[in-house]
Amino acid sequence: MSAPAQVADALSPLPGHGGTGEPVLQVRDLVKHFPVMSHGVVRRRVGDVHAVCGVSFDLHENETLGLVGESGSGKTTISRTVLGLESATSGQVRYRGRELTELSRRRMRPLRRELQIVFQDPYASLDPRISVHEIVAEPLRIHGRYGPGADDEVRELLRLVGLNPEHGNRYAHEFSGGQRQRIGIARALALRPRVVVLDEPVSALDVSIQAGILNLLMDLQSELGLSFLFVAHDLSVMRHVADRVAVMYLGRLVEIAPARQLFARPAHPYTQALVSAIPLPDPRKERARTRITVQGDVPSPVRPPSGCRFRTRCPKFAGQLTVSERAACVEEVPALVDRGGGNPVACHYAESVELL
Amino acid sequence: MTESVLEVDGLTVEFPTEDGTVRAVRGVGYRLERGEALGIVGESGSGKSVTALAVMGLLPATARVRGSVRFEGEELLGLSDARLSDVRGKGIAMIFQDPMTSLNPVHPVGYQIAETLLRHNPDLKARGARARAVDLLGTVGIPSPERRVDAYPHEMSGGMRQRVVIAIAMANDPDVIIADEPTTALDVTVQAQVLDALETARAETGAALVLITHDLGVVAGHTDRVAVMYAGRMVETGSVEDIFYTPRMPYTLGLLGSLPRLDREEARLTPITGSPPSLLHLPPGCPFAPRCPLRRDACDGAEPPLRPAGGDGHLSACHFSEELVGTGAGEVFEAAGADSAALARFAEAAPVNTPEEDAV
Repeated sequence: MSAPAQVADALSPLPGHGGTGEPVLQVRDLVKHFPVMSHGVVRRRVGDVHAVCGVSFDLHENETLGLVGESGSGKTTISRTVLGLESATSGQVRYRGRELTELSRRRMRPLRRELQIVFQDPYASLDPRISVHEIVAEPLRIHGRYGPGADDEVRELLRLVGLNPEHGNRYAHEFSGGQRQRIGIARALALRPRVVVLDEPVSALDVSIQAGILNLLMDLQSELGLSFLFVAHDLSVMRHVADRVAVMYLGRLVEIAPARQLFARPAHPYTQALVSAIPLPDPRKERARTRITVQGDVPSPVRPPSGCRFRTRCPKFAGQLTVSERAACVEEVPALVDRGGGNPVACHYAESVELL
Repeated sequence: MTESVLEVDGLTVEFPTEDGTVRAVRGVGYRLERGEALGIVGESGSGKSVTALAVMGLLPATARVRGSVRFEGEELLGLSDARLSDVRGKGIAMIFQDPMTSLNPVHPVGYQIAETLLRHNPDLKARGARARAVDLLGTVGIPSPERRVDAYPHEMSGGMRQRVVIAIAMANDPDVIIADEPTTALDVTVQAQVLDALETARAETGAALVLITHDLGVVAGHTDRVAVMYAGRMVETGSVEDIFYTPRMPYTLGLLGSLPRLDREEARLTPITGSPPSLLHLPPGCPFAPRCPLRRDACDGAEPPLRPAGGDGHLSACHFSEELVGTGAGEVFEAAGADSAALARFAEAAPVNTPEEDAV
């Protein structure tokens, strides 16, 4: 599967919406399969988990691209594959013109300074045996940048993310969840990266704490010109932080659009269902809403449905399409192209709907 | 006025630990009218789940529970386990957060529904119970229930398991359903399905609902009244409109201000700084004072009780609740983010990075 050139254009931001200039990160036709092994003495490969299937997008300088989807949509796998933490089954990941998927570990290493990640779980991602100062200093040491003055640099990093630099000699367990996530952010910033992958950075936190982390990330971006690949399942968070949002379903990108447009006029039935399912913290609005609901659960990524992967749950497929119209959904994988609504949508019968 | 089905009064729960006594719940009280839906919101450790477990008599024996829990006039605290078992399931049913641990993995789901039915209906025969189980599975929206009745929990998805739990909860036509974070472990599209099933269960049984959650959106759509908990106490209660449109407790205002919203664009969120106090060593005075932008000396004195604030039945535990009239979170809380001075210095310092490849 190769994406036509005009698709690639459509994946870039629309004029006037966040992000400028050349893309820093270009992902093309990214595929990641995980083997499924049989049980028993002789373990054979009996199938594949189709975690990511032919995903393409661009990330621009100073832009936040949101990647949303429910469990098993492949959003975390993408974020890990982009950084080379998982090897891609096929496809390209280009960082400022350089192909990353073919680089050896050794050649990848200097590039890791520029591509950093903040993990979801601030409890599991910090080494419990070393002090916070050491956690933040570790990337500097690994990359041979822990020279004179580095102690001050670490203290400055802690101050920057809103922690008391006097607490550098404490251990991760002495901090609250929100503070730990700040430590993770300080560690990611230590090497002055250009691109930061944020993998569900606030989903383990209570809302009052989450807001502080979101403010911090937005400050860092506007002051340092960082590019964020922001992976999350929470659409409200996405709307707040992202310039553009890419919606994933069962390993495929189904819609990508500037955040404002995506939430105002979603065109893919799955995006519509997602927007519709988020409860609004406003009793009058919440009770007056019209809802688009979906049936059933996400199918297994080992045997994804043919054609459009959303068709088994799609309210449009079930309720509005004629038998002959449905044939396209079953037989043909819908391409991610602009279907007249101004943004790429992977649905044969895409139609913008206002839901909020 | 309708009568209350559930009255909780001065409920306190303490857990003795090696480090001292954890005061998890400190004087919680509420009345639940017949058919009413009460939302209990609060963040991790605020005591909302422990309150529910205390009402059901499900806390470990080491917990010290005091106060009063009356169900249809009968005091539940201090009842024997055998007597409580008559109330559980039939009078008050409970839905837990994790349907994987609340269902028994070694029995089919139909058996588990029938078990609940047979416990409270001695005249019912096994065949009748099974037929009723199929009906219930259909009611909560499980497709082909006559086939699914023989499925084991592990053969079902999370959303389906939670619907089975709802079917069990509504099996004996309870007067009260207590749902503790019923959709927290689920994806949003599945959450919507499960909340629909919960609404169906309420409509069928006419049960009152206590919905415990941290998700203010879920509360907005599914409850009539809301109680906000903080550090083991209720700090504000009122109608769902009171709480969302005219909050009178700084903590509630702060929670609403920290929420990113799908339906509007806000330039900046207003987080609540700091973290909740340890329930081992509670400071005297208002437990929210250390994080409160309105804090002054009076706040460190006596802990403010719930007092009328504004509308009918709207109570707030803040000495200065009237100061919140007509203000928004943006005027009270600071939109704190990065340390701006440190950030400016960091941005100015010449980037150490030049993306040179290591020589090979």
